[in-house]
Amino acid sequence: MSDQKPKKIAIIALHGSLDLAYPPLILASTAVAMDMEAAIFFTFYGLDIINKNKNKSLGVAPLANPAAPMPVPNIVGAMPGMTMMATAMMKSWMNKANVAPISKLLDMCFENGVKMIGCQMTMDVMGVKKEDLMDGVEIGGAATFLDFAVDSDISLSF
Amino acid sequence: MSVSADKSIDCKGLSCPEPVLKTKIAINGMESGQVLEMLSTDPGSANDIAAWANRTGNELIETSENDGVWQFFIRKS
Repeated sequence: MSDQKPKKIAIIALHGSLDLAYPPLILASTAVAMDMEAAIFFTFYGLDIINKNKNKSLGVAPLANPAAPMPVPNIVGAMPGMTMMATAMMKSWMNKANVAPISKLLDMCFENGVKMIGCQMTMDVMGVKKEDLMDGVEIGGAATFLDFAVDSDISLSF
Repeated sequence: MSVSADKSIDCKGLSCPEPVLKTKIAINGMESGQVLEMLSTDPGSANDIAAWANRTGNELIETSENDGVWQFFIRKS
């Protein structure tokens, strides 16, 4: 398929919880393996996924999430320590199913040329500096993402 | 038909998307016309590798399954 213009996928990663960090990274790394071009625009809490100081401690909250790894009534889910417990449970599920950890998926995205864009405006809003983000992240705004997304074949938001 | 592989990779135990990613990396390091054997225990691999081959233009020559292990032969385009 090298005689054709490569297909493109443009993804927005808006959330910084553990469960929502997987889909953008899995889809983007697989897309480049399928000879597509891929970009992920990390904005608002999604910046945590590429934040060196935070991406090893992404969590998942059981509160108001009936499908959480540890489904509990909201009143219980709101108690201290419940997010930590649900996160540990989810990590153990993923580990048991031999799913690559977020760190490995990130490496695969960077190594295989996924365009990883950190949103400048939300970095300013949330006090995130360029040096907080992983090496290889490109900093840009809405126009940077749209310039890639405008002729993409697939566009998704998580 | 028995296919002989120029290279073999073992993706047993790995889950989506790793079998596809490792297949791609292996194919990248091979010459056109060479055959890659890939082994996987991920049940999704059967469809995923077919889709991957279709998209990348590499030829999936043979797929078989035995006791939960899928075996794929792929010829590099």
